[in-house]
Amino acid sequence: MVLTVSNVTKTIPQSGLEKPILDQVSLQLDAGKSLALTGESGSGKSTLLHLIGALDGFDGGEIQIDGCPLSALDDGSRSALRRSKVSIVFQQFNIIPSLDVAANISLHAKLAKRHDPQWDTELVRRLGLSPLMSRYPEQLSGGQQQRVAIARALAMRPKLLLADEPTGSLDEETGDAVLALMLELVAESQTALFLVTHSPGIAAVLDQQLHLSNGRLT
Amino acid sequence: MTRAALVALLSHWRQHHFQLGVLILGLALATALWMAVQAINTQARSSYAKAEGYVQQFDMPGLVSTSNSLRVSDYVALKRAGWALSPMLEGRMRRAGQSIDIIGVDLLTTPRISGAVPSATEAETGELLLSMLRSPEGLLMHPDTAAAVSEAFADARIHLTTEVPNGRAIGDISTVSRLLDEPEKLTRLIYLGQGQPSLTALRALPDHIQFEATGTSPIDPGSLTESFHLNLTAFGFLSFVVGLFIVQGTVGLAMEQRRGLFRTLRCLGLPFRNLILILVIEISIIALTSACIGLIIGYFLATALLPGVAVTLSGLYGVQVENSLTVRPEWILSGLAMTLLGAAIASGYAFYSLWRLPILQAPSTQARGQQILRNFNGWALTGAGLLGLGCLSLLLWGGLNGGFVFLGCIMLGTALLLPFCLWHILRIGQRLTPHPLGHWLWADARAQLPGLSLALMALMLALATNIGVGTMVSSFRLTFSEWLDQRLSSELYVTARDDTQGAALLHWLEVRDLRVLPIRSQVLQQPTGQITIYGVRDDPTYRDNWPMLEAQPKVWDQLADGQGILVSEQLARRADLSLGDRIELPQGWPNRVLGIYSDYGNPHGQAIVSMPQLLRNAPEAPNQRFGLRMDLDEIPNLIKDLQEVFDLERENITEQGKIKAASKRIFDQTFGVTDSLKLLTLGVASFAIFTSLATLWSQRLPQLGPVWAMGVSRRTLAMIDILRSLLMAALTALLALPLGLVLSWALLVVINTEAFGWRLPVYLFPLDWLWLTSLSLLAALLAALLPAWRLFRLQPSELLKVFSSER
Repeated sequence: MVLTVSNVTKTIPQSGLEKPILDQVSLQLDAGKSLALTGESGSGKSTLLHLIGALDGFDGGEIQIDGCPLSALDDGSRSALRRSKVSIVFQQFNIIPSLDVAANISLHAKLAKRHDPQWDTELVRRLGLSPLMSRYPEQLSGGQQQRVAIARALAMRPKLLLADEPTGSLDEETGDAVLALMLELVAESQTALFLVTHSPGIAAVLDQQLHLSNGRLT
Repeated sequence: MTRAALVALLSHWRQHHFQLGVLILGLALATALWMAVQAINTQARSSYAKAEGYVQQFDMPGLVSTSNSLRVSDYVALKRAGWALSPMLEGRMRRAGQSIDIIGVDLLTTPRISGAVPSATEAETGELLLSMLRSPEGLLMHPDTAAAVSEAFADARIHLTTEVPNGRAIGDISTVSRLLDEPEKLTRLIYLGQGQPSLTALRALPDHIQFEATGTSPIDPGSLTESFHLNLTAFGFLSFVVGLFIVQGTVGLAMEQRRGLFRTLRCLGLPFRNLILILVIEISIIALTSACIGLIIGYFLATALLPGVAVTLSGLYGVQVENSLTVRPEWILSGLAMTLLGAAIASGYAFYSLWRLPILQAPSTQARGQQILRNFNGWALTGAGLLGLGCLSLLLWGGLNGGFVFLGCIMLGTALLLPFCLWHILRIGQRLTPHPLGHWLWADARAQLPGLSLALMALMLALATNIGVGTMVSSFRLTFSEWLDQRLSSELYVTARDDTQGAALLHWLEVRDLRVLPIRSQVLQQPTGQITIYGVRDDPTYRDNWPMLEAQPKVWDQLADGQGILVSEQLARRADLSLGDRIELPQGWPNRVLGIYSDYGNPHGQAIVSMPQLLRNAPEAPNQRFGLRMDLDEIPNLIKDLQEVFDLERENITEQGKIKAASKRIFDQTFGVTDSLKLLTLGVASFAIFTSLATLWSQRLPQLGPVWAMGVSRRTLAMIDILRSLLMAALTALLALPLGLVLSWALLVVINTEAFGWRLPVYLFPLDWLWLTSLSLLAALLAALLPAWRLFRLQPSELLKVFSSER
């Protein structure tokens, strides 16, 4: 199992009280499979994604990525885990403005010491980014930026790909095209995909669907 | 509406205390250094004006000697011939380590002495005169002078008056004759008659005496020290500009951060004109607050620096400045005006950007690479134009002003070129670095360049100034040290009480088979200024050691044969003399220039002839000072013998080492104020980097967040942040080096030559550069520590906000 979430709880302080954001959340995801997490705004979707991505700590339960329990890891080890096994695609793309497209795409793979120029070229071709390689993020449209973010995430061949509303900033047509491509690539590379979305339509395309409401999975 | 909008705009600062603090402190620092320099300059100029007024009070028509040989007997003879005259004796003496210019007048006949005591009644003036004449005779002195030297005047009664400038004293001619040990000498006979003397009377004057009208004061301290004050002003202005860089960066950031607020206010119906008006009011309030703080800091800074400046002025030019600072409206108003003007200039670009950018454009914290590069290209073009203008001003205009325009253009031009150069260097670094984090580091540094460029420009200017001024001072120190070794080659210097004792001393020394080098000179007042002509014996000491800059072949043989004269560099430059030229001197003096030698630290002209030539033309030249060449081991015994045989005071016998040590100590004191200003400028520049890094902090998160999410820990990011800051500072220091060297060349070869009359060789001091680079790296490290620490301690939840759409 690439991802195992067991009884995870997370609270945040609010008005002097601890407000639960996630309550006893459990799920599993295998290699090459995709899971869609839906829920209303503020239901804790992004928080769960951040916990799974080892970006934030949790109060109870356990999360294992490729058999590695996150609760036992310190900050450095969590960084190492993210570097080597997890990729994240954000709704706001968050590609690095100071690097050109080529450097953005290869950055994570190089950090993970898993850079494969041939795979980069393949991804770039498939995502239609070939003519844009020397451009900077500011010179790209939203759709192009999102495709760069996906290419960057997949270039390091992650065990687990986390995507937070990856098509949320795109128009429907571009969003559908980007999603289809992402699913295709994920399936080919046997990567597990954990995708957070508002859209039931997008969720329906994925292998597994879970709904989060008031911090609990239904 | 306007008031509500103003409140809304000002609310920004409630959430950004640090930024507001930086803005006020930046402007206050800029103002403080400017005000401090203005206060010092105003104080010094007031002292010069007082000194000049004092000198002019005695600058009345009178009779003088063309050969500086006016005697009491001449005065008596002229009085008998019917001339209405009052005698005067001027001289300089050293007491308690201080030089004092002393003037002796006949208190009963000189018309202007009453002016030395302000608002005195006739009775009080009479009382003063009696007190001045009664034993122990009195001297009028400034309280500052008296505080320093009164203990050394046990043989006189000191009367305090602020009407006499610091460093000067006035007394009855009998008192001054005694103190100067010149019982027969006079320097001027003040003409008391009505109207011009008759032609017959003038024709009847002896050959060596001539009538001189007013306006012949030898030196105006104001004009002598003009370049020094120009230097101080330049330092103050540089710090002011560096401070404005801080303000510019902070105001620009505040505008950027509030663009959303501007958009909202405009949507709510606030006219653009009102928005601008409100922003002007806001910046004016901030500027006035800063000016008041700057005024207070500036006052204390000036108070702290003034003693150093006084030492410098005294050491370099022999002029005295009062040590206490008086608050004057001139520099307060100038400071306030400069603060408002500076704030207007510093915020001008931000206002311009606001006017140019569509108000509905969303705030952007992302690097706008192409636009930035276009901006840098524009700056670089302007910079290149300024470099060209600077070179043209040096070539076509020349002189002190041309030199300063050159310096200003070179510094500003290079500063404008800096971001362009850094951009391309960082780009090359990025291309050459294969490691992904290293690659990102270079790229990130490039992305930070727009926000840091002003601070880096400030750092470069401060570093270049430090290198330039440091090289100048160190070159001067080295040259001065070598020059001292050359000039002070005698092992022992002895001064007799008078000429009679001098003659006896010379005989006694020569009988003991010692090599004696008499130091005899005559001061001549020439149209080109005062010249002191020394006579030298034909001795290997001079042939081997004298610091010649240019000389004809066999110069010392020619000099010994009386075929010419050696002139100091200042005199050669002032009179435009080259080898072989003839200098204008009274008849009889050898006047063909055989050589030019260096003579640092002397504002007056100096020349050397052979001793026989000196004695032929000025037989009355004092014969009291002697240099002795001897084994160092024999010095203690000789000193003992000299004291026993001639009853000489110990202060009349000086070892070479002591003179050198004292000279070097004075030299170091002289440049103390420069060192302080150098460090202050570097401090302000370091503060500029700190403020830039600190205020840019919030804009860094979108750059750092994604890299953190990819598995680079906060610790690594914090270290990279520090490394980036060090990298930028190191590159800036590297680029500041050539600018600093050009600056030092300009200061030594152009400014110094014009201002002081001597040209110094440029020496290079790589260790100093290394020290300065280390200092700037330390400053960059300190500036980056706080942002790096904040990054290291940053909660993941803060970084996660980067990825949320609600951010």
